Amino acid sequence: MIRLPLGFYVEKGVDWLTNNLDGFFGGIKYAIESIINGFEFVYVSVPFVIMLILIAVLAYFTAGKRTAIFAVFGCLLIKSIELWQMTMKTFALVTTATLIALIIGLPLGIWMSRSDRLNKVMRPILDFMQTMPAFVYLIPAVYFFDLGPVPGAVATIIFAMPPIVRLTSLGIRQVPSDVIEASRAFGATPKQMLFKVQIPLAMPTILAGLNQTIMLSLSMVVISAMIGSGGLGDVVLKGISQMKIGDGFEGGLAVVILAMILDRVTQSIGKPKNLSGGRK
Amino acid sequence: MIKLEVKNLYKIFGSTPHKVLEMLKKGKSKKEILKETDHGIGVSNASFAVEEGEIFVVMGLSGSGKSTLIRCLNRLIEPTSGVVYIDNEDITKCDKAQLREVRRKKIGMVFQNFALLPHRSIEENVAFGLEIQGVGIDERNKKALESLELVGLKGYEKSMPSELSGGMQQRVGLARALATNPDILLMDEAFSALDPLIRKDMQDELLALQSKMQKTIIFITHDLDEALKIGDRIAIMKDGEIVQIGSPEEILKHPANDYVKEFVQDVNRVKVVTASSIMKKVDTIVYSKDGARIAVRRMKEANLSSVFVVDKQRKLKGIVTIEDTMELIKANKDDLSEIIDSDINEVSPDVLIGDIIPLFINSRYPVVVVDEERKILGIIFKVSVLAGIMGGGEEDD
Ligand SMILES: Nc1ncnc2c1ncn2[C@@H]1O[C@H](COP(=O)(O)OP(=O)(O)O)[C@@H](O)[C@H]1O
Ligand SMILES: [Mg+2]
Repeated sequence: MIRLPLGFYVEKGVDWLTNNLDGFFGGIKYAIESIINGFEFVYVSVPFVIMLILIAVLAYFTAGKRTAIFAVFGCLLIKSIELWQMTMKTFALVTTATLIALIIGLPLGIWMSRSDRLNKVMRPILDFMQTMPAFVYLIPAVYFFDLGPVPGAVATIIFAMPPIVRLTSLGIRQVPSDVIEASRAFGATPKQMLFKVQIPLAMPTILAGLNQTIMLSLSMVVISAMIGSGGLGDVVLKGISQMKIGDGFEGGLAVVILAMILDRVTQSIGKPKNLSGGRK
Repeated sequence: MIKLEVKNLYKIFGSTPHKVLEMLKKGKSKKEILKETDHGIGVSNASFAVEEGEIFVVMGLSGSGKSTLIRCLNRLIEPTSGVVYIDNEDITKCDKAQLREVRRKKIGMVFQNFALLPHRSIEENVAFGLEIQGVGIDERNKKALESLELVGLKGYEKSMPSELSGGMQQRVGLARALATNPDILLMDEAFSALDPLIRKDMQDELLALQSKMQKTIIFITHDLDEALKIGDRIAIMKDGEIVQIGSPEEILKHPANDYVKEFVQDVNRVKVVTASSIMKKVDTIVYSKDGARIAVRRMKEANLSSVFVVDKQRKLKGIVTIEDTMELIKANKDDLSEIIDSDINEVSPDVLIGDIIPLFINSRYPVVVVDEERKILGIIFKVSVLAGIMGGGEEDD
């Protein structure tokens, strides 16, 4: 059997890209880096107490009393094990990755919902993106963007984008056809239809996609510590590589707390408010 | 004045509709075409004209092409061939922007399953058409409120559609269609999803609204009773074709073919046939100045036991019986006025048989059909009512 030199061609291709599009990647790197730094600066420079209050209020008004209480205790715990700064660094990465995934993913999802052809092309690509082991993205990311938080963010964006694209498209496609027909009958333009009917009705599904994208970002941000993105992933990684079980556990715990707060809050956005505490 | 006119409209579903159109025009049947080409015929050669202010009902069994036809009128479905005129403008020639303008300004539509926007309040739903037109929020909410008042839903502005019953939701649907003040209303089985009683209410309300607003309404239904009740004229569809167009009575009395005949067989005629179509001409009447002797002679000549009395202007005064008149003569009097029985039932020509039947219960006289000035148009005997119910068309006016 002939061995296909597939890996060789991929390498060649990547080489070509790095050589010829150096400026392009440089620009992207700079942009992403600025966004991450911006978020990190804001999160870290706001005093802990104020941050705590903001988080509690946000949790209270989206997810209710229980989540708010949990968030306060969670944040205090993170602070007391001296991982607050690391957590904010990770959160900045998650915010950046999610934001960019949204900026690319939402329009793509909308476009997919309107074009059957694009839908056919994109679905296997999205499946592929999601089923690839997460760290496979790390290698090309490092190739194009070196080590550090930027390749971590890029890998995270690619890994975390499929749900928002998929569910935006699905949500819009699921809008009942009789409502669409009624809007047409009243003379709605395609744009009016999109913003006044399709997106509002697809919103619960789109928000479910957002929630998944955030959760995937968080999981990937931890993995991307392997290429030096820093933050909580770094804490966990050091714990493992240096056999410091206690440190690793603390880092892991902070990730779980962050994940739970983000999950509860984003799951509750757009749902009927339930301020009396307790989940339905 | 003709508001909306459809000429030779075809809609063929499938990949090569125009090829199939040629086959159809050459006389192939719907079944043959379906077998040979897997194309579906939605509408086949439909032509009709709707007068301004008319309620034009399109009736037919499920799958007969009603929804397709009504959607061709505002091009929610693109006709394969044929033209649609609204106010003498050919809708099929409009570009996208013109078409939107027609949909916004001239046509309101009401749907079988209401098709309200579930994420918007009732007020926002009703204001939707105006919002699409770019009308400011204050003005559109004001109009929405007026429209809601019209359909009897004042006070529900802030409710959500899911909080309302089906009947109320459809009132919202109607209010939404009326809010833009269109000339034409398209109603596709608008009441079919409602319970019978609520449905009857909605029919009555639509008729009441229509008497105020004088819209041109195209109303789709699969229910003949509904069609007969609200239609000024009815078009009956079968397999995409219009097989008959006529007033409710024309369709009942002269079904165009066996298909229509079967359709109208078990209709409740009591609710459809009117006094004018079963009344008989009055051959014998007596003027009040004529006197008893002439009255008796007339009755004897015509072999009647009673006769109607009218005044100089032929306005109805009452009825006299032969016995009373004979008594009068015996008493050597001639003036009929003292024996005229004015306790007789009068109806206008458009009263339904169903409302005439009860009148016979407490009266031994025939029912008189009179115009607005109480001039006699005809009379109705018990037997003619029965004949009317049985569908005996022995009377043709
Ligand atoms: N989008 C479509 N594609 C193919 N065939 C259709 C489509 N819409 C309707 N039809 C066919 O056209 C015919 C008329 O349908 P329709 O107008 O919905 O009937 P009705 O409203 O009288 O029940 C039916 O045979 C139906 O199957
Ligand atoms: Mg239908």
